[in-house]
Amino acid sequence: MKIHEYQAKALFRSYNIPVPEGRNVKTPEEAADVAAELSKRVVVKAQIHAGGRGKGGGIKLASTPEEAKENAQKIIGMNLITHQTGPEGKEVHSVLIEEALDVKDELYLGMVVDRQRSCVTVIASTEGGMEIEKVASETPEKIVTVPVDPAVGMQAYMARKVAYSLQLPKELIRACTKLIANMYKLFTEKDASLAEVNPLVVTNDGRLLAADAKINFDDNAVPKHPEIAELRDISEEEPTEVEASRYSLSYVKLDGNVGCMVNGAGLAMATMDIIQLHGGMPANFLDVGGGASPERVENAFRILLSDKNVKAVLINIFGGIVRCDRVANGVVSAAKKLDIKVPIVVRLSGTNSELGGEILEKSGLKFSVAATLKEAAEMAVKAAVST
Amino acid sequence: MSILLDDKTRVIVQGITGSEGQFHSKQMIEYGTNVVGGVTPGKGGQTCNDVPVFNTVQEAVKEVQPDATVIFVPPLFAADAIMEAADAGVKLVVCISEGIPTLDMVKVWTFLKDKNSRLVGPNCPGIISPGKAKMGIMPGFIHKQGKVGVLSRSGTLTYEAVDQLTREGLGQSTCIGLGGDPITGTRFIDGLKLFKDDPQTEGVVLIGEIGGSDEEIAAEYIKKEFNKPVVGFIAGRTAPPGKRMGHAGAIIAGGKGTADAKIETLRNAGVTVVDSPADIGSTMKKLLG
Repeated sequence: MKIHEYQAKALFRSYNIPVPEGRNVKTPEEAADVAAELSKRVVVKAQIHAGGRGKGGGIKLASTPEEAKENAQKIIGMNLITHQTGPEGKEVHSVLIEEALDVKDELYLGMVVDRQRSCVTVIASTEGGMEIEKVASETPEKIVTVPVDPAVGMQAYMARKVAYSLQLPKELIRACTKLIANMYKLFTEKDASLAEVNPLVVTNDGRLLAADAKINFDDNAVPKHPEIAELRDISEEEPTEVEASRYSLSYVKLDGNVGCMVNGAGLAMATMDIIQLHGGMPANFLDVGGGASPERVENAFRILLSDKNVKAVLINIFGGIVRCDRVANGVVSAAKKLDIKVPIVVRLSGTNSELGGEILEKSGLKFSVAATLKEAAEMAVKAAVST
Repeated sequence: MSILLDDKTRVIVQGITGSEGQFHSKQMIEYGTNVVGGVTPGKGGQTCNDVPVFNTVQEAVKEVQPDATVIFVPPLFAADAIMEAADAGVKLVVCISEGIPTLDMVKVWTFLKDKNSRLVGPNCPGIISPGKAKMGIMPGFIHKQGKVGVLSRSGTLTYEAVDQLTREGLGQSTCIGLGGDPITGTRFIDGLKLFKDDPQTEGVVLIGEIGGSDEEIAAEYIKKEFNKPVVGFIAGRTAPPGKRMGHAGAIIAGGKGTADAKIETLRNAGVTVVDSPADIGSTMKKLLG
């Protein structure tokens, strides 16, 4: 789960991690108010769940409250396109008005769970203000990685190791070790999956602050943290994906024209892959999960078909506990209820697959029943092209 | 010979009285698994599917001496169940539960370091040694006893591969569902090491997906030390970066963990990686004859 910069900074504040003074606002007038309160140069920052905002025109400096108001006017409501939003961009609903910093140095500080070591790892670099992946590929020696042993958590020496690697002025070392310790506390107490400060700024007036803040949360753990769940901004998420999650369906929208409905994430990915292999483009990833009840199937269809790009649907179900005849009945009733016009190719395997196939063939609806996975992919791709 | 599990293995079921636990333990018993008891705190003294239920794993260990446990416990309590089993000394712990917070698994991983337990999963279908026993939710009837080992991060995609193998006349020695989470107890390399020493296993099917670097680590091991033929399939070539594709561990992060990179690394190690998931069975047939 993602959150906005202003929310991440509020969390940082609550964990005593220094951030620039500022407030999130929804109108240009409020922007002017905050700028006036701060009575210094401010930066107007678009709040969206994506990076690259500066290059896209979503971050502007303002020397006066009037300028802050003008910039806020331009940015609030704009469709901000960055290299991370995709070509369709994201609509900006609010801006963070913050004191502009007198930057001396820009550093990088991040925390992530290392899958191989199975522990939280601190990643730090003197090369802040740029994409860390770029630093990793071009100058990997400038990145320091410090794993945190979960048996003892963040120890002072680990935080010091990171702080000293950042070549900070002596008087900021202690502030930095405190910052790191507090960030780790936040990370582990709130079940984050990523926490990133890029840039971590050293100012000319001797301060150390998180000029930007990004925190992602482990979706599996969000139910444990209602205060984190509250931070979710549904308008930042793909609407069909949001709806799918309401029905406990796992759905990711893609660009193609062959819709997929599969039980199991691995099989769903493999189905997308085989569609592409046979010259088609998958429209989505959709895992109907272990249940595949008639209700689930109907909801899955509705969500799939709300994507107007879908010209054919491929249903690939491997029935283990799930019985294929039950799935077939669900598919038939959904197709009848929703009056589906696009061709549907079905491939059923496992428990009662033959019975399921018969049910589909006898339904009188336009189902094509495929015997093998290869056949199913070929048929679906062909059907999408000819629709 | 099969690995980890056979019809003699004494198995308990944690969460046996829940709906998943009840249903699947019955299926396991019908398949031939030697289920000797179950654990549900508060239901000790009861019977479920004709086996005794205990309040704690420790009690179960004392009374029925299990070699293994399979966990059907809701995700926010599952890490606790894993640790309880390891603490009680159960040597093999298979966790089916999906949705365990990653930081819970970080704790579990550290906890297990000085224990004698092997963890398989979480978020996995379990382990099956066809013709002998199963610990998990996989449909027994598609499997056939034979000489191909299967290691997979997936559930139904594994069944697809197994079904293909069975249709080709190639049975399976043991199938291990490694699980779809980013932190799992047993990874490809661990499974390969077990298959290396198993005389019944003559070839291995490796089913991976995007995310992490387990396939790459396996590739290095295969190159240096694994001589039996390996057929691989990596799901997620069409997955967009940065998106979680169902499984918590199926995510391309920071440009790393792509299917293409895994496929290349595995091929360089001598693994026959098929482009189509429909070719897994037939390709293994060609390699084994």
